[in-house]
Amino acid sequence: MDTTIIGHRTPRVDGEHKLTGKADYTVDWQADGMLHGYPVPASIAHGVLETLHLEQARAMPGVVDIFHHDHFPELYRSPSSAAHQDQVSEVRLPFEDERIYYDGQYVALVVAESFEQARAAAHAVRADYRQEPGAVASLLDTEQEGRLLESEGVCRGDPDTAFDQAPVKIDHTYHIAAESHMQMEMHATLAEWRDGRLIVHESSQGVVYQHKALARIFGLPDEQVEVVSHYIGSGFGNKLFMWPHAVATAAASQMLGRPVKTVLPRQQDMESGGNRPASRQRLRLAAERDGRLLSMRHDSTTETSFVHAYVDSLGSATPSLYACDNVTISQRLLEVHHGTPCPMRAPGETSGIHALETALDELANALEMDPLELRRRNYNRSDPAKDLPWSSKHLDTCYDNAARRFGWQHRDPTPCAMRDGDEFLGWGMATASWGAMRMSCAARVELRADGSVMAACGTQDIGTGTYTVVAQTVAELTGVALENIEVRLGESTLPAGPLSGGSMVTATTLPAVAAALRDAIDALKEAATGEGGAFEGSDPQRLEIQAGALVDQQGTRVGFAEILTTLKLGSVNGEGQAAPGDEKRQYSFRSFGAHFVEVRWDPGISRLRVSRVVSSIDIGRAINPAAARNQVEGSIVMGLGMALTEKLDYDPRDARLINNNYTDYIVPCHADMPDIDVELLDNPDYAFNEFGARGVGEIGLTGIAAAIGNAVYHATGKRIRDLPITLDKVMTL
Amino acid sequence: MRSFAFTPAESVGQAVSAQGGDGDAAYIAGGTTLIDLVKLDVMRPARMVGVNRLPLNDVERLDDGRLRVGALVTNTELAHHPLVTAHFPLLSQAILAGASTQLRNMATTGGNIMQRTRCPYFRDAAAACNKREPGSGCDALDGINRMHAILGTSEHCIAAHPSDMCVALAALGATLTLVGPHGAREIAFGDFHRLPEDRPDREHEIEPGELITHVTLDSPVEGAGAHYLKLRDRASYEFALASAGAMIAVEKGVIREARLALGGVGTRPWHAQEAEQALRGQPPETVNFEKAAGIALRDASARQHNAFKIPLARQAIVRALEKATQAATDS
Repeated sequence: MDTTIIGHRTPRVDGEHKLTGKADYTVDWQADGMLHGYPVPASIAHGVLETLHLEQARAMPGVVDIFHHDHFPELYRSPSSAAHQDQVSEVRLPFEDERIYYDGQYVALVVAESFEQARAAAHAVRADYRQEPGAVASLLDTEQEGRLLESEGVCRGDPDTAFDQAPVKIDHTYHIAAESHMQMEMHATLAEWRDGRLIVHESSQGVVYQHKALARIFGLPDEQVEVVSHYIGSGFGNKLFMWPHAVATAAASQMLGRPVKTVLPRQQDMESGGNRPASRQRLRLAAERDGRLLSMRHDSTTETSFVHAYVDSLGSATPSLYACDNVTISQRLLEVHHGTPCPMRAPGETSGIHALETALDELANALEMDPLELRRRNYNRSDPAKDLPWSSKHLDTCYDNAARRFGWQHRDPTPCAMRDGDEFLGWGMATASWGAMRMSCAARVELRADGSVMAACGTQDIGTGTYTVVAQTVAELTGVALENIEVRLGESTLPAGPLSGGSMVTATTLPAVAAALRDAIDALKEAATGEGGAFEGSDPQRLEIQAGALVDQQGTRVGFAEILTTLKLGSVNGEGQAAPGDEKRQYSFRSFGAHFVEVRWDPGISRLRVSRVVSSIDIGRAINPAAARNQVEGSIVMGLGMALTEKLDYDPRDARLINNNYTDYIVPCHADMPDIDVELLDNPDYAFNEFGARGVGEIGLTGIAAAIGNAVYHATGKRIRDLPITLDKVMTL
Repeated sequence: MRSFAFTPAESVGQAVSAQGGDGDAAYIAGGTTLIDLVKLDVMRPARMVGVNRLPLNDVERLDDGRLRVGALVTNTELAHHPLVTAHFPLLSQAILAGASTQLRNMATTGGNIMQRTRCPYFRDAAAACNKREPGSGCDALDGINRMHAILGTSEHCIAAHPSDMCVALAALGATLTLVGPHGAREIAFGDFHRLPEDRPDREHEIEPGELITHVTLDSPVEGAGAHYLKLRDRASYEFALASAGAMIAVEKGVIREARLALGGVGTRPWHAQEAEQALRGQPPETVNFEKAAGIALRDASARQHNAFKIPLARQAIVRALEKATQAATDS
């Protein structure tokens, strides 16, 4: 479709609000008589809470109440499943029993008149524990294998025999440390009860889901709950779940009859507010001497907690990425004494593709073949996992373009062969990929008598630009200027929209908004052609939309506002639904891309830096190329941290998290930034949806750590199979 | 955060008398360490005496070439002060290698000298830490100790001193002026920071109620080249795994004067005096730098996760000495 706004760089429609402070983040909300909650975290990871000493804290200035196991209302448990539209981090309710399952688990919630008073009193709460031996600090510190998940297994062909008989093979195990989302905005809840109705402001990636969960937990009818999340300072997945602070805060508000706001400190956010679980992956790959893959075997283990069975599905991309007849994946799950892991940007596949793309580099070395050429020789044109053609795959163009922009043809394949002064250069590459997903979605549109248009959907903008792409869609389909379009998101009482996860919001929401818009335009046409209307007696089918006006075949044009004003109508409304359909039986939908990375290694001072990244990514149509590029660039930065520095350090003796802050948990900073060159191909995938968009929030993170690790091998001759690749692993001791 | 009484002082005398040698009272200047630790419930002063209004903001060159720096000169001002960049480039480089612009804008010269360790067990009120709670033990000894010290450690504490500025001061040589209830006194910078030994809670040679008012740098080494090299996990805003501050003055092809101090590896700012002595009179060549590094690290001892710091510190020393030599003018 020819477009004038969709597919064109569009400044954020909410940019001014963010710049001027008008954007109402959860922590900005105030309510009359509002109190402040501050959780008291357990200081052991495994054992039993025996006694809480509250006398000193109770006597401190401003303290109103302290909630804990013996002082908390009876609530209902909620399941945790996307199918129930109901995702919680723990099925267990706050303070439900006195067992401690992880470091930082809440043992009490202090409520006081001010945040500072609540924090001071929380520090004054003392607890006696009976610590139990055998805390599992990390999958990386234990020989335990975990339990096999039959439901996650996939097998085609005969991978074992093919592996045994193959002329060239590799068999290696890779570890990735647990990571923190390190989103800028903390988890936060403001809960208030008005006439028995629970209203919660929450930094949430799924207001509809949290709404359902709260209704179940408090035993309320659906209409007695409202969850609001107008702006989110990112979440990267850890705001897909509802965490215990939200339930504890809503319960405290109910018991005290006053609004209560709880904002987690960074330390607690990192201990108990979600993480990407550590993983162990064994990759066995076998090939013909010409590079054709004969067997792929991908066996993974990830962590989960003792209070949730979250599974990071590591091998899910492996059966689809390359042409190979013999493939098997397996997944194991090991409980550790951490707060619950949860999805983190490109969950599962970020870890899985890292191991696969590193193993392919090792296979290329074993074959004495260029690693890009190895991938080309195993290129597929349909999805072997589903036996369906790809809806739109242009990975070969990504390889060609990125390799050319990077200068890959000048690469000397020998490790440690490319040098610049004190530094060795390393060049590595990897494939990126992320499945395209779409859910069902509802939306509402109002065409208003003042000429404005309002579009509403119960999804949310997590900082990626959802407000803007919805406004672009309305502008594209109506010709109304962006400044006259109001977009409402982040309220659970709006028509039900998707979680902001899985890179699916754009592909899910825009078709529903378009359907609602068409419904509203039909209503407008009907009114305009009815009695007293501007086009009375005309055939509504023959009216067209042009620049916010209806136009008949004689060229008479009347603006939406005039049509409505003439009829004394404040607005006409439209409702719309959209859902995936038959296309899923005809095609497989997945995005692809390629990363090329240069690192510099100075062995004289053990200094490792990423100096260049060139990426070419095919995401179908980019609705807003400026925002889409921003997502890929941000993913690359996140991948730098995953590859080189980020690691949640759990003390092996007691499973306590020791680097629960921005100083000790090291994310990349500005001085670490390489030159980043991102190309987005523009091949609309109309088989997927009418706008041709597959989503862009996550794909950029997949493969980037592998490309960096492969470059490190090329620069140093050392293969580091454990992330992060800190200098002590690379240096000569 | 706990409540505390706050008394802003207008003069040094007023500050010292307001503090009164009270163990529950703390001086506060930029607050970049103190407020952080109060929020974590690790430091719990009942009273704070504000010193930011004290007239200690001057940098002046004394007649003998020494540089007298007021304790309230911020890290940013000191790093960019023309007298510092011209005559004490090592100090400027070291300060700018530390923290972030925002922190350096708040942090003061006196406060930086009093900066406390980033040992995570020190900052966790629930962990055993002899520095925070004497006699409670040391969870770092057998814990996650990748960031910890390899020089000057004891069985009671292995916390690394975090400051970059202090590494430069150790190399340059300086004198601190302290004012307390019993008047003013001076102490050599090298004698100010204590080894942890069996009392890691006593970090400084400072008496109750004493306030640092000035830091006076020794006269600059004529013709010396200087280089501060900091090796760390990311390129900025990160503590050192190992750092080296080096100065070399060369005369007729041999080293006339050498200065060397280390950061990130010592329990206090680590002045490598024996290594300096070994360098004097030798040609400024890598083989001699490596020998000096060996001497500086001769007594290093590692724990489970920080053994890499020994070769890393060696690399930092050699490269810093090479770069300092390149910056020096042979006279």
